[in-house]
Amino acid sequence: MLRFTLRRLVLAAVVGIAVSVIAFMLLRVSGDLAIALAGEDASPADVERIRQEYGLNRPIIAQYGEWLWRALRGDLGRSLFYPESVANLILTRLPVTLSLAGMGLVIAILIALPLGIIAALRRNTWVDRTALGIAVIGQAMPNFWFGLLMIFLFGLALGWLPISGSDSFAHFIMPAITLGWFSAPVLMRLTRGGMVEVMNSDYIRTAHAKGLPARVVVLKHALRNAIVPVVALCSVQFGNMLSGSVVIETVFALQGIGYLAWEAISRRDFPVVQGILLLVALFYVVLTLLADIANAWLDPRIRRG
Amino acid sequence: MLGSIPGSGGADMSDITLPQPAPPAIRRKRGRILGNPGLVVAALVLGLITLMAVFAPLVAPHDPYVQILDDRLIPPAFVDAEMSDPRYLLGTDNLGRDYLSRLIYGARISLLIGLLTVLVSGVIGTTLGVAAGYFGGRVDTVVSFLITTRLSLPVVMVALAVVAVAGGSLQVVVLVLGLLLWDRFAVVMRSATMQLRNLEYVAAARSVGCSTPRILLGEILPNLIPALVVVASYEMAQAILLEAALSFLGLGVQPPLPSWGLMVAEAKEVMLFDPWVILLPGLAICVLVLAINMLGDGIRDATAPEGRT
Amino acid sequence: MSTPVLDVRHLAVHIPVADGVLHAVRDVSLTVAPGQTLCVVGESGCGKSLTSLAVMGLLPASARRTAERMDFAGEDLLKMTPPRLRELRGNRMAMIFQEPMTSLNPAWSIGDQLTEPFLRHGKGGRRQATDRAVQLLERVGIAAAGRRLGQYPHELSGGLRQRVMIAMALMCGPDLILADEPTTALDVTIQAEILHLLAELQREMGMGLLLVTHDLGIVARVAHRVAVMYAGEVVESGPTVAVFDNPRHPYTRGLIDCIPIPARSRPGVPLGTIPGLVPNLVGGMEGCAFRERCAFATGPCARAIPIVHGDDGHTWRCVLLERAPSLLEKST
Repeated sequence: MLRFTLRRLVLAAVVGIAVSVIAFMLLRVSGDLAIALAGEDASPADVERIRQEYGLNRPIIAQYGEWLWRALRGDLGRSLFYPESVANLILTRLPVTLSLAGMGLVIAILIALPLGIIAALRRNTWVDRTALGIAVIGQAMPNFWFGLLMIFLFGLALGWLPISGSDSFAHFIMPAITLGWFSAPVLMRLTRGGMVEVMNSDYIRTAHAKGLPARVVVLKHALRNAIVPVVALCSVQFGNMLSGSVVIETVFALQGIGYLAWEAISRRDFPVVQGILLLVALFYVVLTLLADIANAWLDPRIRRG
Repeated sequence: MLGSIPGSGGADMSDITLPQPAPPAIRRKRGRILGNPGLVVAALVLGLITLMAVFAPLVAPHDPYVQILDDRLIPPAFVDAEMSDPRYLLGTDNLGRDYLSRLIYGARISLLIGLLTVLVSGVIGTTLGVAAGYFGGRVDTVVSFLITTRLSLPVVMVALAVVAVAGGSLQVVVLVLGLLLWDRFAVVMRSATMQLRNLEYVAAARSVGCSTPRILLGEILPNLIPALVVVASYEMAQAILLEAALSFLGLGVQPPLPSWGLMVAEAKEVMLFDPWVILLPGLAICVLVLAINMLGDGIRDATAPEGRT
Repeated sequence: MSTPVLDVRHLAVHIPVADGVLHAVRDVSLTVAPGQTLCVVGESGCGKSLTSLAVMGLLPASARRTAERMDFAGEDLLKMTPPRLRELRGNRMAMIFQEPMTSLNPAWSIGDQLTEPFLRHGKGGRRQATDRAVQLLERVGIAAAGRRLGQYPHELSGGLRQRVMIAMALMCGPDLILADEPTTALDVTIQAEILHLLAELQREMGMGLLLVTHDLGIVARVAHRVAVMYAGEVVESGPTVAVFDNPRHPYTRGLIDCIPIPARSRPGVPLGTIPGLVPNLVGGMEGCAFRERCAFATGPCARAIPIVHGDDGHTWRCVLLERAPSLLEKST
């Protein structure tokens, strides 16, 4: 377990460095930042002045080194638009996105787990087919469109929920449902697949032979084994939700880092874009690391191996 | 199966049960294909959309770009029979452009981006995956590292940022998505190649001294095709959804091109009074993606070995 | 005679398969008296495992079970409600399975799985459950039993796991144990140990034991009664001594000839073999199922075979009037 954890830590660190390089280089290889900053019709002199001002004329390695060195100390530079440091901006917006993703994950689990279990127990019946149908159709919908439909129905037509902003709990309901709805199918399929496999195993027969009621057989003996990969996937899904928040937060004008990213990208506020990219990617790296460790810890064969 | 790729296990693969690499004698299962109504319906729908897209100039009743400002937001007959206009079967948008024609031309964009993206990402992912699976060792370590790194990047944010700097055009969108969506190809091809490599006939080919390229192209690749087609269908659906999202956010395909995602964004302004405007392009995306996914599922089921569900 | 702990009359198990209905168990009747061992023997696929699963109500969902009677200690298992069946399972009747490697839940500790039936059936508190688990683990020959409770199945060898399974079956002091080829998956050296352990425990605790096996050598030593199954039917059954000394069905005789006997089997002389293959059990079945492989088959074998009752409950399904001759004798 210790060896496994150490190996995973090293991998996570290497990936973290790679991700930081990409977050930094991405905008620079995509085009000329100075022109993008100055605007398409700026004079060559203006472009040159911006190049000087932002240090874009220095060797790229030096620029990256300086940025990383500062980033490691929590300094991600200053926003070009807001009179604030990037780190501050992100920190004030982060709780919104984390709450959103957390709620989304809870909703996804609430949908996926029961449906997945029931579908597995009632395999090849209408329950199973309906659950799979929902999953297939759900995954085919564009998430922004699903969000807009909800806004129209519950916000505009019925007037039950606020349609934009992040002032109260009510503001989070629709965005969280949207996020959760799109994470649920993957979790559901994994739960169903795991349960189908586990329910056919010999130790489930043993559990029945002990005279245990179906509830105990399913929840204690089957789910405990089927849930291991699902727990890990939940962690990964949480990471995906952070990146998926761009679309959802923009649709619902929820003031999290997703919305901030979209704003920053539209306004060419590149230090903010870089900072968010780095943060979200690192979040994902850490979450997959946790997922793998959780996976190992939940499985006695790895934990004690 | 996914061994050393952290996080990829659940995240991207759980919704795909791998079609196992077929044994050398490829079994044709016409019965299985025709016996699967979902597959047949999906293929028909997809075929229809493709035909409409290819022959858009012939099929579309109007020019999708011509704005007739007097004819703005005319609803289709099924929404409001009195206000509707028989010239515009699905009504007009807020600039007075024929909605049906725009939807038909929009299919061109979605299909084109889907296909080209899959081409780019498929080539990258398959090359990496097959190399990792066949050579193993260091190559595998490097590829696994690349996959892990790629999975750590938030796709939508990265795509938005690149498009913002490089400019929104079809080529840029295809390139960005192609460079971002290769991971599943790599993961699936890697494990499938690993399985194939250890099969007897591949070992036999090696022992009689076949060259590596010959084994890869002659023995491995043909057997990867069913899996490849399945992954390609999922990734194509993914690319279409992503293009729609990028265009919706204003950083993908640019107006006046009739991208379905862009149409949803334009419809957002008027959705309070004319909700049908938002319904149609979303439904179009939904139907296309559903058809592609069902086709993928159907092919997976038809090529899976007996007894697996 | 006291009520048998298990009394099965005319049990049949049908499994629908792709090309028809598989008649896996046909007209099987068995009785296990309290404190006695009944061995069910036969080749793989003859329906002996399904018979024991049918008694426990653990058949696969697609299988259909019918019987004229199936009583456990005088209670009708066929009409039993699921809650009542659950009260009996793991409590008064327990089962030991063929695959010790996969029959224990990998996610729970040995201790948890051992104490589970004890606690579930209200035999006492956690303390008592643990004590009994330790005591039984020691009894089945596991050293450092206290420490084992905290271990997980993957940390134990197959032999140890099967001992744990046995201890688990004994937790509630059952009246009947069904052991379905409990040693097939184990090393040959451990097989005999486990079977002897089972036989010892059966005597010691006075339980009924239904032991499914294909090891006739062990049968001769531990069984009070034997039932020989072939192609889903009991072809011969009776007291062990009677069946071994006076086999009436050629198949039983063939099986006995296959046992290597240290004193009599000389090097170089082949052991007995039964030529041919087990018939396909899908679809209809008429006459003696063994006739294709039987050296003594005659015309009447193709018709329904009556059950012949001998002395002391010795029954067989064969038209031959005398003791079945050895197939070896016939060929030499």
